[in-house]
Amino acid sequence: MRQGAVLIAALAAVLACGPLVLDGYLLSLLALAFAFAFFGSAWSLMMGFAGILSLGHGLYVGIGGYTVAVGLVTFGLSPWLGLPLAGLLCAAAGAAIAWTGFRFAVRGVYFALLTLAAAELARILFEHWPLVGGTGGFFLPALGAGNVPLLSLRGGPDFFYLAFLVLMTAGLLVTLAIRHSRMGYRLMAIREDEDAARASGVPVLRMRIAVAALSGAMTGIGGGMFGLMNGSLFPGSIMGVAASIEVMIAPIVGGLGTVFGPAVGALFVMPVHELSEHLAQEAGVFGLNTLIYGLLVLVVVVFLPAGLAPSVARLLRGRR
Amino acid sequence: MDLAAGVIANGVLMGAVYGLIAFGLTIIFGVMRVVNFAHGEMVVIGMYVGYLLWAAFDGPPLAAVLPAAALLFAIGYLLQFHLVQHFLARPAHVQFILFIALALVITGAHLVVFGPNPRGIFSFASFEVYEVAGLRLDAVRTQAAAAALLIVVLLWVFLRASRLGRAIRAAADNRTGAAVVGIRIRHVYAVTAGIGMACAGAAGALVAPLFDTQPFLAPEFTLIAFITVILGGIGSLPGALLGGLLIGVAEAAAALVLPPSMKSVVSYGLLILVMLARPQGIIGSPEGAR
Repeated sequence: MRQGAVLIAALAAVLACGPLVLDGYLLSLLALAFAFAFFGSAWSLMMGFAGILSLGHGLYVGIGGYTVAVGLVTFGLSPWLGLPLAGLLCAAAGAAIAWTGFRFAVRGVYFALLTLAAAELARILFEHWPLVGGTGGFFLPALGAGNVPLLSLRGGPDFFYLAFLVLMTAGLLVTLAIRHSRMGYRLMAIREDEDAARASGVPVLRMRIAVAALSGAMTGIGGGMFGLMNGSLFPGSIMGVAASIEVMIAPIVGGLGTVFGPAVGALFVMPVHELSEHLAQEAGVFGLNTLIYGLLVLVVVVFLPAGLAPSVARLLRGRR
Repeated sequence: MDLAAGVIANGVLMGAVYGLIAFGLTIIFGVMRVVNFAHGEMVVIGMYVGYLLWAAFDGPPLAAVLPAAALLFAIGYLLQFHLVQHFLARPAHVQFILFIALALVITGAHLVVFGPNPRGIFSFASFEVYEVAGLRLDAVRTQAAAAALLIVVLLWVFLRASRLGRAIRAAADNRTGAAVVGIRIRHVYAVTAGIGMACAGAAGALVAPLFDTQPFLAPEFTLIAFITVILGGIGSLPGALLGGLLIGVAEAAAALVLPPSMKSVVSYGLLILVMLARPQGIIGSPEGAR
């Protein structure tokens, strides 16, 4: 555990020098990768440790994003208060969905579909809710000249790079801490054999609700920052199925149940995503990016079932 | 009132097609315990077959049903035999990701080949109506519903009466036992996947004249199929049809009072209600949920 914490701190320290050497484009790209590493860590707490498949994490990204953005623009709420509020709301949503799904101890498929339905339902409702701009989207005003990033939590690529680096690091540390905590062992026991865990006295329902709330809260906070970075929010892209799938891909490609999987996956997937989009634009072929992206995930699932992280770890260890 | 009755009747017709889509999803799940997350993409492939055949020959939309079903059967058979087969023993989330990847590949391929623009089928048949007992029924919808019901009934008979159908049910009930009596499990599974995806393809060809075909329709069909299957009880074949009719009517009724883009709110609401009150579905047994 200590070794992992040192590794995370070293990684964060090295990456923190990024704004000194990288240009704005790379910083934006990496900020995006960090964001999805953080979402991936949050999602992976449920999938990787508790074995709960959520197909609806877009819900939390969306609620978080809208809470912070609408709070700021419509109600004058500082993002410093908006982010915790987003976390709270998403924790409540996550707990409610987990309670609904697991009340009758229904498993796997059912819960996954429930999360999907909840996210889609929210997307459609948000698309018809005038307060959040509906399908027309919700826009943050342009930044003024006297903007202080640490007050407004908005700024240039270097600010968001560092902000999401902080979140990603926090996500890794939370995952590491949970992995070696009582809660983590209980969750993994549930993942491996629910009935055996229950028979050994693990409060299965309570643990599941707890991990769903934690995962929701993290994703909500990340979603809040994500909305601030984007400057515009549309239910179709920040909630619903598309966002949910986007959240899942990095941790799966990286490797489930590992601490570094989501980060490794995001740092690999987001550049590939960007590159395939670039290629699609260059070639003028719409959809080429989706095709490449899908093929990539397919290749990883078929040939690297454990994900990239174990291979990367082996590579690093071999070099040492 | 007349308007309401007409809308509901058309909802029933649409529901029969939803039932066919869900039938395909539920037979795959019932036999192999795999959820085809790319089911909506299969429907869209069927829609493109319908569109292309119409664009090339200008024939009646129903003529595309068999080619679409045949193509999707082949795709389903090959996918199951060479790819999904290796994932049967893997955890559910790995299977999910496999199908999500397939869905992305299919959607990407659709976008590359056909582009994002909606493709509509224009035929004079779409203005025809049947008058039955004072109700005005959309002709294309009625034909689609009749064809969907016919396919479901034929499949039902096939599963009950034919040798291969009985082998499929045997493999679903007890895989090891079926293998012991000499059923070639891998082949039977592949046939099942072929049938399931052929249902989606046939349904796609049936709805091609009703919706403008475009790649992004797929997730909506997948979701409708999931909701339908869960409403009826996962793995239950009659439940799929019943769930389809329920969704069709609910959406049609919702369209009377809500803006059209909000009609699926009712389906999702219905789904969440059913999960709260009766998680095994309306027909399904509690074991089916496991």
